[in-house]
Amino acid sequence: MSVLVDDDTRVVVQGITGGEGKFHAEQMMEYGTNVVAGAVPGKGGQEAAGVPVYDTVHEAVDEEDADTSVIFVPPAFAGDAVFESLDSDLDLAVAITEGIPTQDMARVNKRLTETDTRLIGPNCPGLITPGEAKLGILPGNIFSEGNVGLVSRSGTLTYQVVDNLTNRGLGQSTAIGIGGDPIIGTDFVDALELFEDDPETDAIVMCGEIGGEDEEEAAAFIDDYVDTPVAGFIAGRTAPPGKRMGHAGAIVSGSGTGTAESKISALNDAGVPVGDTPEEVADHIEEFLA
Amino acid sequence: MKLHEYQAKQVFADAGIPTPESQLASDVDGVLTAAEEIGYPVAVKAQVQVGGRGKAGGIELVENEEEAREAAESIIGMDLKGYHVGQVLVEGAVDFVDELYIGITMDRGEGKPVAMVSTKGGVNIEEVAEEDPEAIAREHIDPSFGMHPYQARKAVYDAGVDKAVARDVSSVLTTLYQLWDDRDGSDAEINPLMVTDDDEVIAADAVMNIDEDALFRQPELAEMEAEAASGGDELEQKADEYDFDYVRLEGNTGIIGNGAGLVMTTLDLVDHYGGEPANFLDVGGGAKADRIANALDMVFSDDNVDSVVFNIFGGITRGDEVAKGINEALEQFDEIPKPVVVRLAGTNWEEGMEILNEDLVTVEQTLEDAVQRAVEYAEEGQA
Repeated sequence: MSVLVDDDTRVVVQGITGGEGKFHAEQMMEYGTNVVAGAVPGKGGQEAAGVPVYDTVHEAVDEEDADTSVIFVPPAFAGDAVFESLDSDLDLAVAITEGIPTQDMARVNKRLTETDTRLIGPNCPGLITPGEAKLGILPGNIFSEGNVGLVSRSGTLTYQVVDNLTNRGLGQSTAIGIGGDPIIGTDFVDALELFEDDPETDAIVMCGEIGGEDEEEAAAFIDDYVDTPVAGFIAGRTAPPGKRMGHAGAIVSGSGTGTAESKISALNDAGVPVGDTPEEVADHIEEFLA
Repeated sequence: MKLHEYQAKQVFADAGIPTPESQLASDVDGVLTAAEEIGYPVAVKAQVQVGGRGKAGGIELVENEEEAREAAESIIGMDLKGYHVGQVLVEGAVDFVDELYIGITMDRGEGKPVAMVSTKGGVNIEEVAEEDPEAIAREHIDPSFGMHPYQARKAVYDAGVDKAVARDVSSVLTTLYQLWDDRDGSDAEINPLMVTDDDEVIAADAVMNIDEDALFRQPELAEMEAEAASGGDELEQKADEYDFDYVRLEGNTGIIGNGAGLVMTTLDLVDHYGGEPANFLDVGGGAKADRIANALDMVFSDDNVDSVVFNIFGGITRGDEVAKGINEALEQFDEIPKPVVVRLAGTNWEEGMEILNEDLVTVEQTLEDAVQRAVEYAEEGQA
């Protein structure tokens, strides 16, 4: 078993005729992902990356039994594309797009309370179950099969930590990039719950960063509900208040909320060791699994 | 993106929110003419985008021409918390009996907008939030319906605003939400919203921050941004031109990487190994050679920098493109201005290592080693 995605997942790629959409649809298929269709308004009837393209996600669901969408639609249209996926009776939608206006995401957030479809992202690298399938843009070759679950707000930091794990022979069950925006679908708590319930995940890495209070909420959840050992990492310890560090969500507000100290101490209080370096995170996981 | 006070006031006034009479000026004569037309007393207010302007000497209340001249001479051209003051707003002083706070922002924890009202206006509202959170009434708004009129009234009554002005304050709050919603605001604030002795309400300050990601559908505000950008840190302006996520810091180890989380981690490691980060610079995903060369140019332009660590973990960014960019940037120098440490991993890193001119840079295999080496170089450079 794995979390959220395996080789039975039937994927429709929204935006498959664009440069990124096409390239990553091909990369996903090469990795073993079952991409069954594309959806691009006005391009119905064509073919891209070797699969049929439909005008709407609904058609891709009706004709190809797609149950999951990966979204590579430019930011101005991505909010609408996410709504389309949420209204198409899918199990899962993964929004890769960076730069979706926050107010669009607030409306999406409301719709998420009214639908059974799970959203991952936006502004995320996607997720991967090594050896089975990947949804998104993660470079498959750095991952290895194993029993460590990983959840992260940042893409390239995920790769860094995975590299540290893989180099030690610590493979991954599933890695989920939840995205660096202020408003996202699946959050740390949701992902931790999935890993806690997954019999193939024996240890969890959680990579957070400054901004917001999601890590603090995750710490409280771990304290109450998670028996699987968790090791943490928090990026942005040296970030000055009031400066946005790249991600729209990564900012320590003037009043001092969202700091690395607050997150690290909340995690420590919940029994989660937090590494000073990615290498130290791998040390903790190695100890958990020894 | 932050609008200047004078720009935000214009946006508010156009929407029907009462604001004091005001004029923009950029020299002493301009201030005197404006003050004459508006009538003393007036406030002379530095137009820079930092908080605490008053305490820093950027706002003066003046009663006559002599005081106005003095204020204009001291404020125009001053350096206010690192920002050059090029313009001041000359504004009719408001005789007030009460100062309120009203604001709209996105509550990211809830994923919803929230309207806030407090009778403790005129001071730093973040301090009020910290010390006396009960003093701020909050009302969450469902973005698919917008703010219902009753919600504006409820927030105003909950905050304990005087009944005589409650109706007018509710109306200003409703307008403020409408603006926030229409203009893709991230924050819209009036602090203080002044109440006069004849129960008028007037927006004496105006904050309007816009979601950068939404500027594509706010052309009018994007134009204001171009205007507002002047006066900031020179390097940060250069970063805007190159379209980098860049933040200048105090230290001397320059940092370039891809992806916000990894760049922040690189900063933290510089600190962890005893160095001091000079900047945050994220080249973003899929950077090509010219962008990599621009990034090096950026960091070399910072006089504080004594060494540079280049940390790339390729996903959609390719190691060969990065190596090409580094070569291009460095081969134009007879002598490399500052030592550069490179660590390449991920997509096409091996191709990158073949291309990279190792005579010009120091190569390390791991993030930890690369950072430690750069910190050593920075210490040597400083000595």
